Amino acid sequence: MRRLPLSYPLAALVALAALMPIGVLLQLGWDATGAFSSRTLGILLNTLLLTLFTALGATLLGVPLALVAAYVQLPWKRLWLILLAAPLAMPSYIGAFTFYAAFGPGGELETLFGFSTPRLDGLPGATLVMTLYTFPFVLLTTRASLRGLDASLVDAARTLGLSLLMSLWRVVLPRVSNGIAAGALLAALYTLSDFGTPAIMRVDTFTRVIFVEYNAFGLSQAAMLSLQLLAIVGLVLFLETRVGSQRERPGRPLSLWPSRWQTGAAFAALLPVVGLAIGLPLTVFGVWLIREGTGGFDVRYAWNSAHASLLAALVAVVLAVPVAHAAIAGKAGRLMERVTYLGFGVPGIVLGTALVYVGLQLPLLYQTLALLVVAYVFRFLPLAVGSVRSTAERLDPSLIQAARTLGASPREAFWRITMPLTMRGLVAGAALVFLEAMRELPATLLLRPTDFETLATYLWQVYEAGYFGRAAVPGLLLVLISAVGLALMLSGEQRAEMGFLKDEKARDEEPRDEMLKDEKR
Amino acid sequence: MLEVRNLCVRYGQTAVVDDVSLTLGEDEILMLVGPTGCGKTTILRAIAGLVPISAGEIQLGPWQIDPKRNVPPEKRNVGMVFQDFALFPHMSVEQNVGFRLADKSPVDHWLRLLGLEPLRKAMPDSLSGGQKQRVALARSLAHQPALILLDEPLSNLDAALKDSLRWEIRQALKTAGVPAVWVTHDQEEALSVGDRVGILNGGRLEQLDSPEVCFCEPRTRFVARFLGEASFLTGQLEGDVVHTSIGTAPATPVNGAAGQVDLLVRPDDVSMELSSAGNARIDHGRYEGGSRLYAVQMDEGPVMEVRVSHETRLKPGDRVSLRITTTHPLAAFARSEL
Repeated sequence: MRRLPLSYPLAALVALAALMPIGVLLQLGWDATGAFSSRTLGILLNTLLLTLFTALGATLLGVPLALVAAYVQLPWKRLWLILLAAPLAMPSYIGAFTFYAAFGPGGELETLFGFSTPRLDGLPGATLVMTLYTFPFVLLTTRASLRGLDASLVDAARTLGLSLLMSLWRVVLPRVSNGIAAGALLAALYTLSDFGTPAIMRVDTFTRVIFVEYNAFGLSQAAMLSLQLLAIVGLVLFLETRVGSQRERPGRPLSLWPSRWQTGAAFAALLPVVGLAIGLPLTVFGVWLIREGTGGFDVRYAWNSAHASLLAALVAVVLAVPVAHAAIAGKAGRLMERVTYLGFGVPGIVLGTALVYVGLQLPLLYQTLALLVVAYVFRFLPLAVGSVRSTAERLDPSLIQAARTLGASPREAFWRITMPLTMRGLVAGAALVFLEAMRELPATLLLRPTDFETLATYLWQVYEAGYFGRAAVPGLLLVLISAVGLALMLSGEQRAEMGFLKDEKARDEEPRDEMLKDEKR
Repeated sequence: MLEVRNLCVRYGQTAVVDDVSLTLGEDEILMLVGPTGCGKTTILRAIAGLVPISAGEIQLGPWQIDPKRNVPPEKRNVGMVFQDFALFPHMSVEQNVGFRLADKSPVDHWLRLLGLEPLRKAMPDSLSGGQKQRVALARSLAHQPALILLDEPLSNLDAALKDSLRWEIRQALKTAGVPAVWVTHDQEEALSVGDRVGILNGGRLEQLDSPEVCFCEPRTRFVARFLGEASFLTGQLEGDVVHTSIGTAPATPVNGAAGQVDLLVRPDDVSMELSSAGNARIDHGRYEGGSRLYAVQMDEGPVMEVRVSHETRLKPGDRVSLRITTTHPLAAFARSEL
């Protein structure tokens, strides 16, 4: 006879709420006519092609870079890794916008350097941009798998007479196929739900057409398309769960010491990628800033972004605490946690459509800040849950038990032990939600109150109106926010790594310095 | 003070603790010992209220606990010292020890008594294992529990430290006059620290008695083997002596054994000398510092373990003659099929 964990009822409420958008869409899509027209087929084809090409491109770019990043001892290794991971933190619409403005006749590249470049839009343009901003998924998952492999197998292959490249191909890559697949699927998922890039590059994918339908007051059409998109997302998510992770006995990873010309060659391969993904947007925004100054920008946009995001961060963390604790407490709780993760899979534009409908039913909420905050919370709650959960999991349960046997009630133990020790996770989770919400575009476009302009929506207005130069300030601010987000993520990862190392070291050294201390007495 | 009657704890279908009964006197230290997975820690957690009990009763001070009437851990006034110490990492030594005390004077008292005064402001991270253990003990004692539960308190420490800390803890418990249930897997620890020892096997209490009785008059072969090296020698029980092929020894029958018996012989109960005729042959030996332990193959009978002075040096294959020399009664078990 075991009592239900206290976190369960609260977590169940949050999980139920997270299911709401899908219920709303189902109801909406029910009334839509013409589920499958030739137009839908075209949209489906565009979406699938873009997703497929992006996943392929991200793999072709990500895997070789992962091999370099994992094994080759380049100078400034850490910096290169950060730069290669950086595009992930940048919203792809920043890239799409600047690429669209830079290439083609009369583009910024021509005005700056005088050479003409081909126009970049449509499927090829969207594929290029999406590839550049999603390859880090493949890079990071593949690198993680590569670092987990023991070098001895490669050494064995080479002593058996296989060249290095052939050993990598035949002995190493087959063992990280799951890591590569996981990364490619993440890239596909990101592409499916991305709104900014296909919209700017004018490819009629689901996300773009949903927005068009919404603007033409075809809400039930938009809902129908949203459901179809969700089905594809669901399929990719399902595939993702099928990709297991191979565990091998960890060992010393391979280290390759390149000669001077090899180092040069590696740099020559890395530079264009980093240059295009990060250098080009920065340059374009910089040029605009110099040319047009801060004209048209209102500090209120930044304030609006920050205000809505801060509220979302606070609400998300408050909701994340019971969900994270329920997930640790038992199986049912883990299921509730999984349900709240749905928000991550639901594309922003789809979530926006669902909540617009909710707003229309409940006029009290329509075009209010509250509804926008709700949308952010739905979308980014998993970030907060993950962060809170990972710190709470590391909490030794015997600490709570010790507090209980010393006479503390569950409530007191929670406030005096659990909370202070998981505070770091709460703060990190809130920061992640805040930074993501600052950059969110599609749901914000649909749900913002009238005259409530944020950094992202202002950038969109500038693009639609064609006053590209005015994008400089919001663009640079968004890049800056992305950089802070990246720094936060990396420091979290590093702390986890360092913490682990510290524990290992402590365990090794403890007996020795214990003896020393005891001798001193 | 503490009375446990017919306690059962089940996880799903498996009974981890099965029909255990015990009582604990005023300021008594009761050791629970057994191999890994015998349920000893689960008994502690059931007494502390950290796992629900499936059957039986726990009488704890004013509380009467059974599967229907649970009392939360914080109401039981039971202190617990955890295997991994469970010090709150965000609080200093002083704050840990005074966790829920309004009046902080016990903090000073126990810090001083356990030699922790200089570490008062230190954070748990910076302490050595032995210091952490003392802080954990001080924290429990300072909260003036009616009873203390110690869950393998020494298992995370160096061998050298264990011996001294064992006595320090015993002294502290006796000074405080607090009864304790102390769980360990180390039979030497159990025999040397406890006022009484309970030996657990597969969730059941096989014997609960003073260390001397448990060692010399084990109720089961499991207890006999678990508490020390044990050899079993066939013999004939007549009255209160057993006749064996290597001599006659006084004996106490276990569970009314009679006639053909297996006599429990410890390595110190026999003597051995080199003899070309002899009745046994050295199989192998082990040097223990102050003594040597030999495994000896009897010509007609089992392998016996014999402890001799370290000066006696024998080679495998040497012929020896064994003789029972003990004057205290040995336990005689009914002849088993094995």
